[in-house]
Amino acid sequence: MSKDNLAYHRTHMLPEAPPPATETGIVKWLRENLFSSVANGLLTVATAYVVISIVIAAAPWFFNGIWDSPSLTACREMLDGRTGACFAVLTERWNQLLFGFKYPDELYWRPTLAFVLLFAAIAPVLFIKFLPKQLLIFTGLYPFIAYWLIWGGSIVVPIMALLGVLFGAFVYRRTLTVSAGVAVLAGIVGAMVFWWIAGLATGNMAGFMALEPVASRDMGGFMINLMLGVICVSLSLPFGILLALGRQSSMPIIKWICVIFIEFIRGVPLITLLFVANVVLAYFLPPGTTFDLILRVIIMITMFASAYIAEVIRGGLAALPRGQYEAADSLGLDYAQSMQFIILPQALKISIPGIVNVAVGLFKDTTLVSVISMFDIVGMIRGPILASAEWNGVYWELFGFAALLFFVTCYGISQYSQWLERQLQTEHR
Amino acid sequence: MTTMTDPPQASFRLSQLIYDTRYRSYTFQFIALMLLIALMAYLGANLVTNLAEQGQNIAFGFLTEPSGYDINQRPIEYDSQSSHLRASVVGVLNTLIVAFLGCLTATVLGVIAGVLRLSPNWLVRKLMAGYVEAFRNVPVLIWILIIFTIMTAVLPPPSAFRGEDSPSSMLFEAFAFTNRGVYTPAPIWGPGSLVVVLTFLASIAGAIYYRRYATKLLYDTGRLLPMGWPSLAILFVPAILVFFVMGQPISLEYPELKGFNFGGGIHIRGSLIALWFALAIYTGAFIAENVRAGILAVSKGQTEAAASLGLRPGRIMNLVILPQALRVIIPPVISQYLNLTKNSSLAIAVGYMDVTGTLGGITLNQTGRAIECVLMLMLFYLTISLAISGVMNLYNKSIALKER
Repeated sequence: MSKDNLAYHRTHMLPEAPPPATETGIVKWLRENLFSSVANGLLTVATAYVVISIVIAAAPWFFNGIWDSPSLTACREMLDGRTGACFAVLTERWNQLLFGFKYPDELYWRPTLAFVLLFAAIAPVLFIKFLPKQLLIFTGLYPFIAYWLIWGGSIVVPIMALLGVLFGAFVYRRTLTVSAGVAVLAGIVGAMVFWWIAGLATGNMAGFMALEPVASRDMGGFMINLMLGVICVSLSLPFGILLALGRQSSMPIIKWICVIFIEFIRGVPLITLLFVANVVLAYFLPPGTTFDLILRVIIMITMFASAYIAEVIRGGLAALPRGQYEAADSLGLDYAQSMQFIILPQALKISIPGIVNVAVGLFKDTTLVSVISMFDIVGMIRGPILASAEWNGVYWELFGFAALLFFVTCYGISQYSQWLERQLQTEHR
Repeated sequence: MTTMTDPPQASFRLSQLIYDTRYRSYTFQFIALMLLIALMAYLGANLVTNLAEQGQNIAFGFLTEPSGYDINQRPIEYDSQSSHLRASVVGVLNTLIVAFLGCLTATVLGVIAGVLRLSPNWLVRKLMAGYVEAFRNVPVLIWILIIFTIMTAVLPPPSAFRGEDSPSSMLFEAFAFTNRGVYTPAPIWGPGSLVVVLTFLASIAGAIYYRRYATKLLYDTGRLLPMGWPSLAILFVPAILVFFVMGQPISLEYPELKGFNFGGGIHIRGSLIALWFALAIYTGAFIAENVRAGILAVSKGQTEAAASLGLRPGRIMNLVILPQALRVIIPPVISQYLNLTKNSSLAIAVGYMDVTGTLGGITLNQTGRAIECVLMLMLFYLTISLAISGVMNLYNKSIALKER
């Protein structure tokens, strides 16, 4: 057989050709994502037109913005007929927006410091895998430091509160051998007794290492939103867990107390609960007790949030396979141990997205306190700032700023939760 | 080696109440009950003392007294001489109105945004993601206030519509957007309009019957009748015919500038619009996420299986994807409706007279009956919530996968 008889076949490799221009790089991306069909192409053009015209309309408003001016009229004069924002209201009323209009000027460093320390305190919890566990001690101390910084007064108060908590924890540890429920009760009673005694003992030490006290009603601005958000979310977590466990409990009385509480709270709007805090709660307290509005609001919002968190955690508990409960039982763990070591870690992990949703929702709902005439950021904008002679009529800059503050915070929280979910994922992928 | 021992026949000791798991639950429940009763008694005693000290009592007699205030949006007859109870009913109706409108609009927005978030078009996808994130992460109160500001501070006053070369003009000569609210044409029901309405109702029944018939025919004989345009024809053709045969009994009354304000037509106040749109857009963002999650929850294999059976894309969506996705979508969407209804209590921030504004606002302030008013307010919302969640439970039960 000679080569001539063979059908033609190639004897060498062709050099690799580049893919067609329409199948690579930006052209491919554009074709697939923007112009995959005629209808899609039209949609793209229409959307792009809308977006671009909005940007073109808003750009001069933003870039011509005046950042330094004493009042709206002065600002309009500076703009001289051009379109432009008066961001000067933000710079001029910056402190009011953040701290309210009654917080003493020279003390702004205290809430600011508390805010900065908040990050230091919260970081060990958020990034528990990456930071040393010892930092959690600071997280535990933070509430007492923050209280001292924000409200002022003698340092004895937060120290005694801290010692009371420690004493309660000590009692809890010692009685844990009896039963978890008894230990919790004993711990609470122990702490209360300690506080009572401490209150008697330190009644006349009000001046010891005292910061200038600031009354709750003098606080305002975004500070209130942050305070309510942080305090209520952190308080509602333990209550939510207890309520969820109570609702799953086999003891009918406890179960029904929890069910009724949760369903009642979830059935009414937060505003009605704030009305309760504002006008009704005083009727149910001993005559002559006056504790400030902010504390009453904290109580109501915490109740509100715990009911929602309880439902989220109940979902997590229900999602665990029964085998987990049975395995814990078969290891001989009692109820408290099986919850602590087997059930809750898994259930809470499943519940993280839900808990974060509740936290974000709750943080947004803190603006509702403006309805019961507390001057949070929305209250400040609608009240003292828009009502003032200088800034009457400057809406967009103020509302835009408030919206931006909330957006940054809430979006940040939800991004963190997505990251955390990925971190905690232990399944095979 | 294991030995079985008889359980000890010891008599009941008091310490068993704490140490023995058989009795411990009784102890705990007893303690919980006692604590609860003690708390209730404490609060109740305080209430009684406080009321006695202030010379007040708990009574609902104030509800029949004349309210003495006006409500600007009245679905039923009401004036300042009507009772507080009637004012509350007006408030309840206003709440239901804004909740209904809001739910409807939110559903439309949410479904559109949710579907578009899965669009193959990158720009549209990102735009919708932007919408969802922007609205989910900013308090609804701020959105309500922003839209209310647009309605009251940006729109022109009615006087701007005056004259030949007025600075503002009406949209299609029918809609006027002013800072006192939006004016739209109102239908006038002339004699004979009842026939038109009845015809339309009959056509709805007819269209439903036709679709049932077509489905049955398809299942029985395999013959495929067109569904879309015949249903539309059955819906509208007879009603339009009757409308003209009867001599156009239904006409529109257009709003007109009379004096300092518009007259005629329907007047929708800025507060209602602000509340309605803000709630709808805000809740729509949440519904969009539910819709997206629901569609994504249907596994890709379902689409592929349907395609391999030879179904066209439209039918795949209607017959395979949607029925499965709806099962996932509907429960969270209903709870969003519930949230919207509860959030409508923010009406008080823009002066819309819903039940929080009447019963929980002016009535409370005028009569000083804080406990009664707040209690009734809570009961109202609680009733709605429980009713909706009852419906939802029924629905969930009816669509639950019948596993064998």
